[in-house]
Amino acid sequence: MHMRGAFAVITAVVLTVSVTACQKKKPPVARPVPPPPAADTTGSNRPPSPPEPVRESPPIPPEPITSDTLTDIDTINKNSPFTPVFFQYDSADIDGLGQQTLNQNAEILKKNQTWVITIEGHADERGTAEYNLALGERRASAARTYLVSLGVPAERLKVVSYGKEFPFDPAHNESAWSKNRRAQFVVTSK
Amino acid sequence: MTHIRLLTVAFSLSAGIAITAQTPQNPPPQQPQQPKEIAATIEGSGGLPPKIAVPEFIPLSTDAETVAAAKALGQVLFDDLSYEREFYMVPRDTYATIPKASTPDQIPLDRWKELGVDGLVVGTIRKTASGMVAEVRLVQVSTGRTALGKQYTGSLDSIKDGGRIYAHTASDEIHQTQRGLRGVARTRLAFSSDRDGARMAGPVGERDISNIYRADYDGANQTRVTATRSLDITPVWSPDNSAIAYTSYRSGYPDIIVQSVRAVMEPSKPAKGTERIQNYLPAWSPDGSKIAFTSSRDGNQEIYIVNRDGSGLRRLTNSTSVDVTPTWAPTGNQLAFVSDRTGSPQIYIINADGTDLKRITSETHCDRPTWSPAPLNEIAYTSQAGGGNDIKVYEFATGATRTITDSIGSNESPAFSPNGRHIAFSSDRSGQEQIYTIDRDGKNLRQITKQGRNRYPNWSQ
Repeated sequence: MHMRGAFAVITAVVLTVSVTACQKKKPPVARPVPPPPAADTTGSNRPPSPPEPVRESPPIPPEPITSDTLTDIDTINKNSPFTPVFFQYDSADIDGLGQQTLNQNAEILKKNQTWVITIEGHADERGTAEYNLALGERRASAARTYLVSLGVPAERLKVVSYGKEFPFDPAHNESAWSKNRRAQFVVTSK
Repeated sequence: MTHIRLLTVAFSLSAGIAITAQTPQNPPPQQPQQPKEIAATIEGSGGLPPKIAVPEFIPLSTDAETVAAAKALGQVLFDDLSYEREFYMVPRDTYATIPKASTPDQIPLDRWKELGVDGLVVGTIRKTASGMVAEVRLVQVSTGRTALGKQYTGSLDSIKDGGRIYAHTASDEIHQTQRGLRGVARTRLAFSSDRDGARMAGPVGERDISNIYRADYDGANQTRVTATRSLDITPVWSPDNSAIAYTSYRSGYPDIIVQSVRAVMEPSKPAKGTERIQNYLPAWSPDGSKIAFTSSRDGNQEIYIVNRDGSGLRRLTNSTSVDVTPTWAPTGNQLAFVSDRTGSPQIYIINADGTDLKRITSETHCDRPTWSPAPLNEIAYTSQAGGGNDIKVYEFATGATRTITDSIGSNESPAFSPNGRHIAFSSDRSGQEQIYTIDRDGKNLRQITKQGRNRYPNWSQ
């Protein structure tokens, strides 16, 4: 059997459908090329340095970190004087070690009276993404509350949670997770 | 962004019937209360679903673009019709021996009958001076009658992606008229993705930027919606699909942004965030007038509701624990959310006026409730299981829960399709997190995204 008079009968109701299509595809944003390593002293692919005469020299003391020697906020954060506070799974409780860490961080803030910091709350990947936004906020807030109790003015302490968006260590094991459950301290103005 | 108007000229069954009714011997009885569509519903035999075949469309213009679209449209429409699992879709490789028709009149219906096909989709597409014209008919193979016939017109641009919208529209109309079902072929998914590889400065190194993207329900036409050098996550479509609300860190802290997807408009910030008033995880009320969200503005995380224009802010929950991740019931009278007030995060429901709080889960760790569309009355959510998470569904009628995903990888952030038959979610089952869809019975798993990390899916209406 063949079809008869197939398309002869078109007309009647007219409805309109608004269709969005054919967006101009944005050119992909190029991933910035990382700068070449400036002073890679540990790089294994560097040719070995020529042997130097053995000489006894006193170890160079680490430079004291003060607002005089560091001018750039990025530089401060790259070599952050602050130690992160780490948390147990699904907990925002600050343990004894966390308190010690915060005591030290409070001292740094007292020495650098103009610094304003953001306390970032982070979570590991095992918790769910949405709840982790709240959990990270609780962790950051807990650190902030403790610092305020040590006398750091609350106005100098901002809080933001990134949930599990920015793991410190992307691996999928307890070692990575324990590093990722953290409150991290970032200087945002000085 | 180009807007294309797609005109649909429908004559369909009524016209098809009218033709056959012109033969005088058997005038159909007049039964005005009975919709004519019923007479032309294509039935399967022996209680089985109808067997449907979708060969390639017939190109009625000879240019390469039209010929390619004709070839692609058959597959797209076949996939669309397969998606709802209402028909037995006769595999396309079995059509190979049936000669291709160059006009609809040449279709050898007897050959399709031999193949056992109940309904044959005959499509044509042609290019005119002003645009494209596609015609789609569903032919009852046993009688040669047209059960559904549609003509669609669109601009020349409308086939730049192969003309998928013609197939999607035809699929939705076939599902509607043949099965009384609202198909999802023209719906879209929104999600967040870091696929562009852009990075922003962070305190210990650069961090991936996430922006909001959208895609057709089947993953085609993936398009960037936001372009901030920041973190844009948790998108949700407004009920009229005109806007997307999402959580953005563009100001340095999370806040709710409402952004139009149709017009160029300044985004609005109805929750009025500041460094001290942080807001995240928006959820539109079913009528689009309000947004529920999480905020710690009063000291700890609570659920708030605000009008879309930023007025009428009120607090819904009140506990010293985390209350987060709201979702609205389709009536708008209730919400569900997550609270860890008993120690671990569980799903609660509450009236929109703050009364009648009830806990509905007792599991290890639950998150991201998403209320099904009516008439289903269910909540899909993320539940921790083993080392990862699975998508589960709670049914109000029975209080029973069922697990939708298969414990492969970690599965999170469920979002119902507007007909309630499908759930989009994110999963790292194949490595990086990607968006998948799955049917509410756990079948028909499909991967939607492949590039970058993709999370927080949400399904348009």
